[in-house]
Amino acid sequence: MVQPLEKVDRRDAKLALAHLFVAFIALGLGGFAGLLQTLVRSGKFELPGGISYYTILTTHGVLLGLVLTTFFIIGFQFAAVSRTAGAFTDSTRRVGWIGFWLMTIGTAMSAFFILTGQAAVLYTFYAPLQAHAGFYIGLALVVVGSWVSGFAMFAHYARWRKAHRGQASPLLTFMSVTNMALWLICTLGVAATVVFQLIPWSLGLSERVNVLLSRTLFWYFGHPLVYFWLLPAYMVWYAVIPKVIGGKMFSDSLARLAFILFLLFSIPVGFHHQLLEPGISPFWKYVQVVLTFMVIIPSLMTAFSMFATFESYGRSQGAKGLFGWLRKLPWGDARFFAPFVGMLFFIPAGTGGIINASHQLNQVVHNTIWVTGHFHLTVATTVVLTFFGASYWLIPHLTGRVLTKAMNRLAIIQTIVWAVGMTFMSGSMHFAGLLGAPRRSAFSTYGNSPQALEWIPYQIAQAVGGTILFIGIILMLVIVINLAFFAPKGETEFPVAEAAAPQERVVLVFENWKLWIGIVVALILIAYTVPLIDIIQNAPPGSKGYKLW
Amino acid sequence: MHIHKYEKIWLTFGIGCLVVFLTVVGVSAFAAGQQPPSCLTTIDPEKVDTTPPFDQPGLVKKGENEYELNIVVAAFSFTPNAIEIPKGAKVTINVTSKDVIHGFQIPGTNINMMVEPGYVNSLTATFDEPGEYTILCNEYCGAGHHMMTARIKVVE
Repeated sequence: MVQPLEKVDRRDAKLALAHLFVAFIALGLGGFAGLLQTLVRSGKFELPGGISYYTILTTHGVLLGLVLTTFFIIGFQFAAVSRTAGAFTDSTRRVGWIGFWLMTIGTAMSAFFILTGQAAVLYTFYAPLQAHAGFYIGLALVVVGSWVSGFAMFAHYARWRKAHRGQASPLLTFMSVTNMALWLICTLGVAATVVFQLIPWSLGLSERVNVLLSRTLFWYFGHPLVYFWLLPAYMVWYAVIPKVIGGKMFSDSLARLAFILFLLFSIPVGFHHQLLEPGISPFWKYVQVVLTFMVIIPSLMTAFSMFATFESYGRSQGAKGLFGWLRKLPWGDARFFAPFVGMLFFIPAGTGGIINASHQLNQVVHNTIWVTGHFHLTVATTVVLTFFGASYWLIPHLTGRVLTKAMNRLAIIQTIVWAVGMTFMSGSMHFAGLLGAPRRSAFSTYGNSPQALEWIPYQIAQAVGGTILFIGIILMLVIVINLAFFAPKGETEFPVAEAAAPQERVVLVFENWKLWIGIVVALILIAYTVPLIDIIQNAPPGSKGYKLW
Repeated sequence: MHIHKYEKIWLTFGIGCLVVFLTVVGVSAFAAGQQPPSCLTTIDPEKVDTTPPFDQPGLVKKGENEYELNIVVAAFSFTPNAIEIPKGAKVTINVTSKDVIHGFQIPGTNINMMVEPGYVNSLTATFDEPGEYTILCNEYCGAGHHMMTARIKVVE
């Protein structure tokens, strides 16, 4: 007998799809901005009509770093929670729509002020560069909207647990809730600086701003932000990929442990972005560097679990020898291939991260284009290729269509194009960075400085890579539009893997939120209390706003 | 919760590596003094021009082979912007900003620090190789950010 496919409720599917559409529109526009940046930086091309490089750069960072990621993640998680913990109630779904509209209105507002040249402050908006108040208010709406959506997921999870006392929650729901808890705790920092410092200051209600406090609150948010991007990719790896290849999940409990470790250690680490700045004592910088290294452990666990899953599956199919199992993997299936390439790129990406977080090595690469190369591997390859790979089943599942053979082939080509383009772009960014080329800068030879002339070949390679990547974006948009509107009608599975040892009871302590949130708060207080008091008590006179673009 | 034997080996190896890395970073920071620039001195960013030593920016001889180089940073320039340093000199570089956040980097060396309004930042370096060096701003500061540059000449 054929079991009917377990499906996301049709009304929840609409909510998830709305998020995905905004995400892919952001991909198209933000990707085009990225293409223009690499062309400008090659030195062979100038922007027409006096458009500023930094307006384009701000657009790129905000649309891809904040909008694409946040919308995709929340849409994906709505679908994952609905699929594994059952359809939302009408009122919870309505809360989800309120979150969506708040985020969308906020995005449109910030985009307006960026594109009209009133907010060329980049997506990190460091004070005392002062954007139009509307830019900050728009960003605040995006964050508040994401909280509202997070509360919808929390409420649904609480209802599930009430109805299933003594049971472990479905893995994907547990992971989504963990990620939203992480997000809620870390965005408190950026919300604090935006709402209490930057909005009153940009409206003229307060004259001066404490620059270092604002930066520190930003980076309290800025690093967990990257884990907020990464965890949904890990959800796909842990809970979806094993099913896609026809195997089992290595261990349900270890997956939960990894997520709890991310929740604990990804927040009190922001100082590793501030290693080279004045006003923070080197002792506290080192404390946070130690905590930064703790957060590598769950990634090591994840790497083991994934390859254990792949090898177990290969051997169950009769693979022989040390690496025979590699040949049994479904290389022709884009739902596997795209995330797998993403995993491979995480090896150099993670290594680069360890380099960046180490005091003395950071001194060599800080604010060079090496860092840009680094996060184009982590978020723009590992995370993004996993999101693309998830889209190949998620979008047709939600729209009631199927991925055709032709589209699957195009998706494989897309993945290869992306890998090649990124190898050129990110690779040359890493090399140019080691030679000292700064990030976030338009083309310049710094008065024909011999050092700057050395970077030019690498900058041309970045433009080649950027162009290839833009072709990759066009291919992706073709696939998304096909899956959303033109692919043949049919049933597509939302794959959810089973544990290899289902008889093993899932450890319930992972759902003891009072315990975990308590530890998170304690770690944050340990890492931040003394330095924050220092920053506030020993603050220099504050800064007025500057509009220097 | 069951943890596979191979996973235990892998995690022991992985965590062992992290401990080694942290020890290397920690020992070079606290024992060998290779700390990142973390100066705690504050300054009124609007009174930089009247606050010593930034009221007279430039190179000052402090000892036999020791110098202090005080540099004022503002959109979009370094003051002074042409500096001569004797070869082999041990130079403590002090910088501060009159307006927004800037960066202070000399490509080809390990000289790299953030410059923030209200704070002095500082590091010490020895210039052993004669030649021309470029100072540039590596933190976005506005429309002229990529034009912000200065030269250091290390002379025999």
